[in-house]
Amino acid sequence: MWNYNKKVMDHFLNPRNVGEVENPDAVAEVGNMSCGDALKISLKLDDQGRIADVKFQTFGCASAIASSSALTELVKGMTLDEASKVTNRDIVNVLGELPEEKMHCSVMGMEALQAAIADYKRKHGEKVDETTEDDGDHEGRIVCHCFGVTDAKIRKVAKINNLHKAEEITEYTKAGGACGSCLDKIQEILDELWRPGTSEHAQPAATPAEDFEKLSLVKKVLRVQDIIDREIKPVLERDGGSIELVDLNGNEVQVRLQGICATCPNSKLTLKRFVEAKIHEFISDKLTVVEA
Amino acid sequence: MEKENKVIYLDNNATTCVAPEVFEAMVPYLTELYGNPSSIHHFGGQVASKVEEAREKLADLLGAGASSEIIFTSCGSESDSAAILSGLSICPKRSKVVTTKVEHSAVINLCKELERKGYHVSEIPVDAKGRLDMERAREMIDEDTAVVSVMWANNEIGNIYPVQELAEIAHHNGALFHTDAVQAVGKVPMALKDMDIDMLSLSGHKFHAPKGVGALYVKRGVRFHPFLIGGHQERGRRAGTENVAGIVGLGKAAELAKEHITEENTRVKALRDQLEAGVLASIPSVRINGDPASRLPNTSNISFEYIEGESILMLLDLDHICASSGSACTTGSLEPSHVLRAMGVPYTAAHGSIRFSFSRYNTEDEVKFVLAKLPGVIEKLRGISPYWKNHQG
Repeated sequence: MWNYNKKVMDHFLNPRNVGEVENPDAVAEVGNMSCGDALKISLKLDDQGRIADVKFQTFGCASAIASSSALTELVKGMTLDEASKVTNRDIVNVLGELPEEKMHCSVMGMEALQAAIADYKRKHGEKVDETTEDDGDHEGRIVCHCFGVTDAKIRKVAKINNLHKAEEITEYTKAGGACGSCLDKIQEILDELWRPGTSEHAQPAATPAEDFEKLSLVKKVLRVQDIIDREIKPVLERDGGSIELVDLNGNEVQVRLQGICATCPNSKLTLKRFVEAKIHEFISDKLTVVEA
Repeated sequence: MEKENKVIYLDNNATTCVAPEVFEAMVPYLTELYGNPSSIHHFGGQVASKVEEAREKLADLLGAGASSEIIFTSCGSESDSAAILSGLSICPKRSKVVTTKVEHSAVINLCKELERKGYHVSEIPVDAKGRLDMERAREMIDEDTAVVSVMWANNEIGNIYPVQELAEIAHHNGALFHTDAVQAVGKVPMALKDMDIDMLSLSGHKFHAPKGVGALYVKRGVRFHPFLIGGHQERGRRAGTENVAGIVGLGKAAELAKEHITEENTRVKALRDQLEAGVLASIPSVRINGDPASRLPNTSNISFEYIEGESILMLLDLDHICASSGSACTTGSLEPSHVLRAMGVPYTAAHGSIRFSFSRYNTEDEVKFVLAKLPGVIEKLRGISPYWKNHQG
């Protein structure tokens, strides 16, 4: 049972601006039936370039219908420039609130509006910034294959709504909401996005293999410990396991797997494919990892 | 016919009302008769005899060979977990569980957990009507199979599955057979003493007993390893002080279910059929999901194409009509029902699926009321849907 507020129920029960605008200046359709919701909007501008008429059709739940209805009320009278700045937060503000699990409905509204604006620009020979406004690097690659959500969309929605957890991204974009196999990847994207100081890749710099060889034993141990703490342990801990460095003997890194890893039948694979791979990546491929 | 404020409850596969007779039977055990059935004194002992009486009534409903085959539990999920885990622990040399793609999450998620622990799980697929692929079942059930767990009747579409045949296949391969009969009990006549079913799960609140009480049937001679460890209750097979009031209620509900099982298959079935016929006659682009040849008498699963289930339920709710949906949105999950997807029901229809499930407390007036309201609801939502317009050309 969802607790929709009165405003959401009002927009659901009495949706504004349902239908299709005649001779529209722009149309857009986002979502599809297999994903469970879809929104089609069409709009017409007046002489001053303001949105004179906008209509919607929605396939979806009550909050999808309410979000679409709210969107049309919100943007009527706006110029396309003004409309391009509308985010899902503005839609939520019109409605008062939406259940967290339904935030993706408001995001769908924002996307439909932006797609309609892009459609208008395309029709009028204007350059279309396919990459969304503040995510100028690329169109994005698909992270969630179940719902076709890109990393660019994840970053964008995260920034607008100040999201830090993968589960929140699921509520806002559906990404990770089906098989769930991309949730770790989504978290990585978020961690990178919100890493303090810089949005650039802030991976620990890899030490060239020769340099590592020249380090004193103490510094070698500290270096291995650092990589274990930063790159390896957090990943294992997410699955209920852990790891500790026992010794460094020549090129042999001796570790002890703990928690669920200690009894996991795949621990040998974890050791080689993950732990050793990380050690090779960040320190030196001359090192081998063994269980102490 | 107008029943503006009365709830029309057509969600009986989710839960049912507690029958007034059941409530009445329970009251003494929530008030003056609070003794512990394990006590040696007469005050507790009289309670123990009521627990045994309930066990006999339930055994009678199931057509079990003896009441000692019944273990009281807290719910259907507990019974499912207890049965499957027991099967695995008494057949340690076998590492496989065979189940279906359309089980209740109580079994599906347990099996997923077992897979993570290294067991093999095979899921029998279904066809477009939700019927099990028995040929694949025969291939999957093998000498490595410890437990075969197949629901007696499906909660979403109501399909009744050939549990006796599957039990025979399981036994032929030396495996145990368990069935989640939560939806079947009280609707499908049972004679377990003449069947090969080793273990059967049931839940009280699906047939007018309260929530929080269930049972597991374990056939005499089948070894059982307890799930809940502790005291000697239930002859050492399920620890924990008995939910006496719940058990007494379950016994009463079993007695009533036996009395009414013919009615479930005649009058209640007729209500369901009347609803389906009315919907098909008054609303275009609908499909009935499930196997019309082998289905629970009380369950109807209908897809209203081009619209989404949560919206339908919300509008029905305004008229105090309670149903449920296989749509993604209703649960907060983002995927539509695994049952409908396993059947290959197109997403377009899966998202707009509504389950109406009846009980003996429903009336013909209620069906008429629903049939008066439903076409308007569907039309309103289709008026908003972009696909309906396309479909209309």
